[in-house]
Amino acid sequence: MSWIDKLVRQSPIEPMQKHMHVAVLCAREILPLIDAMAAADDDAIRERRSEIDRLEHEADAIKHEIRSHLPRRLMMAIDRRTILEILDYQDSIADTTQDIAELVDQRKMYLPKELKASILPLAQRVIVACEQGQRVIDELDELIETGFGESQVARVDEMILELGRLESETDRLLDKAARTLFSMEAELGIATIFWHQIITWIAHLADLSERVGNRLRLLIAT
Amino acid sequence: MDFFSAIPLPLWIAALLAFYMAWAIGANDVANAMGTSVGSGALTVGGAIIVAAIFEFAGAFLAGGHVTDTVRKGMLDMSMLGREELIYGMMASLASAGTLLIGATRFGLPISTTHAIVGAIVGFGAVAIGIDAVNWPKVLQISLSWITSPLLAGVIAFAIFHLIRSTILNKSNPVHQIRKYGPAFFFFVFFIIGLVTLFKGLKHINLDLDLMEALAGSVALGLIGSGIGAFFIRRVQIGEADPDHRFDQVERIFVVLQILTACAIAFAHGSNDVANAIGPLAAIVNAVENVDLTAKTPVAPWMLAIGGLGIVIGLATWGYRVMETVGKKITELTPSRGFAAQLAAASTIVLASRLGIPISTTHTLVGAVLGVGLARGITALDLRVVGNILASWIATLPIAAALSVFFYYFFKGLLTA
Repeated sequence: MSWIDKLVRQSPIEPMQKHMHVAVLCAREILPLIDAMAAADDDAIRERRSEIDRLEHEADAIKHEIRSHLPRRLMMAIDRRTILEILDYQDSIADTTQDIAELVDQRKMYLPKELKASILPLAQRVIVACEQGQRVIDELDELIETGFGESQVARVDEMILELGRLESETDRLLDKAARTLFSMEAELGIATIFWHQIITWIAHLADLSERVGNRLRLLIAT
Repeated sequence: MDFFSAIPLPLWIAALLAFYMAWAIGANDVANAMGTSVGSGALTVGGAIIVAAIFEFAGAFLAGGHVTDTVRKGMLDMSMLGREELIYGMMASLASAGTLLIGATRFGLPISTTHAIVGAIVGFGAVAIGIDAVNWPKVLQISLSWITSPLLAGVIAFAIFHLIRSTILNKSNPVHQIRKYGPAFFFFVFFIIGLVTLFKGLKHINLDLDLMEALAGSVALGLIGSGIGAFFIRRVQIGEADPDHRFDQVERIFVVLQILTACAIAFAHGSNDVANAIGPLAAIVNAVENVDLTAKTPVAPWMLAIGGLGIVIGLATWGYRVMETVGKKITELTPSRGFAAQLAAASTIVLASRLGIPISTTHTLVGAVLGVGLARGITALDLRVVGNILASWIATLPIAAALSVFFYYFFKGLLTA
């Protein structure tokens, strides 16, 4: 074995990006899940859930692989703790999606039309925010390549700002969805609590994506 | 039996041991000198072997001659050394250094060939004549090079990488930037290649230039090189920019620069390190054939051929397998990084050989890679491996010396029986 091979360790950047891809792919399953819920189609719901489970497992496997290759003794261009924190946020995207699918499947949450009209726009915006987070993470290798050069940092900063804007849009949509939900409280009964949980989780996906960006921003600001 | 009636036998053994040492140098050092090129994907394993074979042999054969007496470089008081002690000792040195190199290669540790042979000579000298015969200040000076050479190379690599970053990578249009500054990098590379070649030698083909002539020649070569580079950069099809990998095009140009510096390093390495194999051989031949042991040992072309061939066969046989393990890490060390490290190593070699500081190609390359890493150019460097490498550098001299003592008594017993 050559020394160069031992000295230069496998970079966690590419696996990190792959992890984010899988997590966002998992989150994107929310959209067909909402359709299945609106159609009150149990088979379709279960199918979506098993796909979400599969992607969540895949993300988990990548996460463990990255962690096991990040011993403390590495000298890294990106601080090890930052990588692990970002990885946690990314992983929570898949985890939260899984929580949503579980609840939907277990309690047979069929989506009323009036509610769908305000949940779907929220979910769509959330997915856009997640995809923006993915684009930010996709810039990690370019950040390394330029050695955190100014123009590249400025480019990523701009992308993170955009991510922040997308996240605040989801906040407004969440507010709207919650108002619609509570206006239907009499009709929905106890299910209101669970619907509230679901829309909160959906909106939380955008939060997590923003946290990925913000953690990265702290890194490149130093 | 009288030792001198059996002249061919020690000569045969010496030639064989020199070949063994050269083979070990080839096996060990191809991975050291070419590792960064293969690691960055600039060269394939086969390509690295071919480049190394051509330039190591050229370096050894064209420029390796005049440095052969560096082995003796006043490390031992030769006047205190008897004929037989010298013969057994040099045999022991070759066997010891060769064995140590092979052991180090086995564990992927980049140790210095020069340090191995120096340690071996000190080892047999201390038991054959006594520790007073060893020129300790000289030994200390050589052994301290494991601090100076990686330090110098590391600082230069850090600076070169910063330069690449600020002029090219860090700009909003890096492809445009490399078209603009690329020829300057080509100039620098060819200038260094010129200096490596002219400083290191060609004395062998009676081309001995003074400093000004060497500088002028290298500048001329650099200008020619930058012309070729400019032409090449304009001609090269770098393809469409892939939005996900916006630096691929720029890296493709660094591939060419990196291969050029790899050639320079292989040449410098061949010219430097072949001496470690054939220096002791020349000393043995001299001791067998001449009366005056302290005479400057002449190096015959057949000795250089043994050294050059041994290195080439070593890298083609074992070096090949060592290199194969490197190829998988292509993305971790990009050509711009590899280029920065190699150019720094080559510059350090030039600088040191001009200033007369004893340095090791291997040490400079490791230092250069660390320098790029400190500039945040490499995502992850394993500090434990750095520790192991440093330990192996410290251990090289004493282990080589101990092995050499063992081989000294072995050959003494074998040949005086």
